[in-house]
Amino acid sequence: MLKAMFRDLIAGRELAWQLAVRDIRAQYRQTVLGLIWAFILPLANTLTWIFLSRSGIVSISDTELPYPVYVFTGTMIWAIFMDAVNAPLQKTLAAKQMLAKINFQREAIVVSGIYQTLFNGAIKIMILIGTLLFFGIYPDWGLICLPMGIISLILAGTSLGLLLTPVGMLYTDIGKSLPLLMQFLMYLTPVVFPMPTSTLTAVIYKFNPLTPLILSTRNWLTGFTPVYLSYFFIVNALVIALLLVVWVLYRAAMPILIERLSA
Amino acid sequence: MAETLIKVENVSKKFCRNLKRSLWYGMKDLGSELLGRSVCNDKDLRRDEFWAVENVSFELKRGECLGLIGRNGAGKTTLLRMLNGLIKPDRGRIEMHGRVGALIALGAGFNPILTGRENIYVNASVLGLSTKEIDKIFDKIVEFADLGEFIDMPVQSYSSGMTVRLGFSIASRLNPDILLIDEVLSVGDRPFRVKCYNLVAELREKTSMILVSHNMGEILRVCTSVMLLHQNKMLFFGDTQEGIDFYNSFSDLKEQSFSVTSEGFIFRNIQIDPQKLTGDPKMKISVVFESPTKIHDCIIRFPILDELGTVIAEWRSSNHNLFYTIQRGHNTINVEINNLNLRNGSYFLTFVLSPIDGLRYLINVHQVIAFKVAMGQIGLSACQF
Repeated sequence: MLKAMFRDLIAGRELAWQLAVRDIRAQYRQTVLGLIWAFILPLANTLTWIFLSRSGIVSISDTELPYPVYVFTGTMIWAIFMDAVNAPLQKTLAAKQMLAKINFQREAIVVSGIYQTLFNGAIKIMILIGTLLFFGIYPDWGLICLPMGIISLILAGTSLGLLLTPVGMLYTDIGKSLPLLMQFLMYLTPVVFPMPTSTLTAVIYKFNPLTPLILSTRNWLTGFTPVYLSYFFIVNALVIALLLVVWVLYRAAMPILIERLSA
Repeated sequence: MAETLIKVENVSKKFCRNLKRSLWYGMKDLGSELLGRSVCNDKDLRRDEFWAVENVSFELKRGECLGLIGRNGAGKTTLLRMLNGLIKPDRGRIEMHGRVGALIALGAGFNPILTGRENIYVNASVLGLSTKEIDKIFDKIVEFADLGEFIDMPVQSYSSGMTVRLGFSIASRLNPDILLIDEVLSVGDRPFRVKCYNLVAELREKTSMILVSHNMGEILRVCTSVMLLHQNKMLFFGDTQEGIDFYNSFSDLKEQSFSVTSEGFIFRNIQIDPQKLTGDPKMKISVVFESPTKIHDCIIRFPILDELGTVIAEWRSSNHNLFYTIQRGHNTINVEINNLNLRNGSYFLTFVLSPIDGLRYLINVHQVIAFKVAMGQIGLSACQF
């Protein structure tokens, strides 16, 4: 089983690439704003939170970074994670016609989604680094570890997204509730808020497996030393285990899903 | 030399009529699949389920071509999809050896915004070609599709025929061992269809082919055997001609017949004698119909159709200086045809009544009655003289 999975993964790598190139091209060809779409959402989010904190509507405890930088890096990194969560279900649904009629390596769809997330993520990171330099924050050698952080985020997002895909293919409820769920999840993760100090929230924040991923990535980007490094690696190990499990699930589910989708 | 490439044993598949319930069964199947309980153990039909394909078995060797015929909804496409590995059979086993190519969803995976050229790469990859292989055959694909300058235009501006052309050009370059074709050869214009037939003929030697078609002529030309699916069961498997005859014999004549009548005209009845021509090539025909008015000098025609529905000959009363005056109300007309020199086989008559100018129909009843010929004439053409 595992052998067949990896064989298909490798066999499908060119297809995944072609699909990703197709989707990225198509994604930007029908827009005027083009690449701006890659970061317009986190930018809007950032402005909202800067406004909220400046006007004193919400009071946010001090951050080591200037707050605008803290929010902007947080929402940008979070946007990469969200892209990764959305990709498997979105891509699989978009490929419904193809899936129902052609037999090809199903893994390619998921991998092409990862490629696309990486591409859009790279744009975000470049903009982030530009912004940081503008604010006079210079990343140090920790930047070398940044890709590790991004990839962990994408893998975590992909596992979560892939976990929801089989049921999400059958019932549209999943796809509809996903943005809501993600919004909620964002406020449980130090994206726009710094790590809280009050007891209960602090516990939730601490045990949230996304916390070390977000924080470490942000620290590497902004030249701080990550504090939750060991937890970061534990989460990564768990993510990889989860990814393998949901991958098996995805494969097993495919024939059943295809049958129900186009019967 | 000719090895068996496809082996199908007692394959069945069930479908669900109700969408909500179907999705729920899907969830259940998912669960049992994950718990390692085989879905196939669940042999009984659940509520609202039915067998979409029931108990089909056959084998196919390299160089053989199987024609799959049957009414819409008989299970042909479902069977093809199981063979293609898209869905799993609920019962039975399918063995396939070699690369499977399917001319089923031509142009699946095309992105409407991208140009034809860009889509070739994507579509060919989906079908299992590597980028290197695509580079090699790219020009051939473009040439075969013969789309001219359209190849650099977005696919969303293509007509459906052009989309299929491009899709077929890509799919046909796969060099498969097993080729599944689902009603795609008949789209496209005539020159393109000829290209397709040539390609199929070329591939036939090298592959095991399964062809789904409603065009019996196509089946006769291409296939070495046929399978008839009827109400989701395999009703016949064997010789092509026999299978088509069988299919035609049980499909109800009433369902094939249709009529066009001018206002007030009612077709009542037609009788022929004999219904099977054995000795003399002679036939008496008696037609009953009703007319709203009296009309002088009408013409009666009997186009004769072969079993594929092609008109092969026509008897026309004006050729015999026969013109009929139609009375208001009930009319019975008797006609005798004397030299019906036809090859052995089954035929249909169509009845046409028109005014002398012959420009419009008063009554036109298509395939109104069937008859058989067994006078010993054989040959290529139906009409022998």
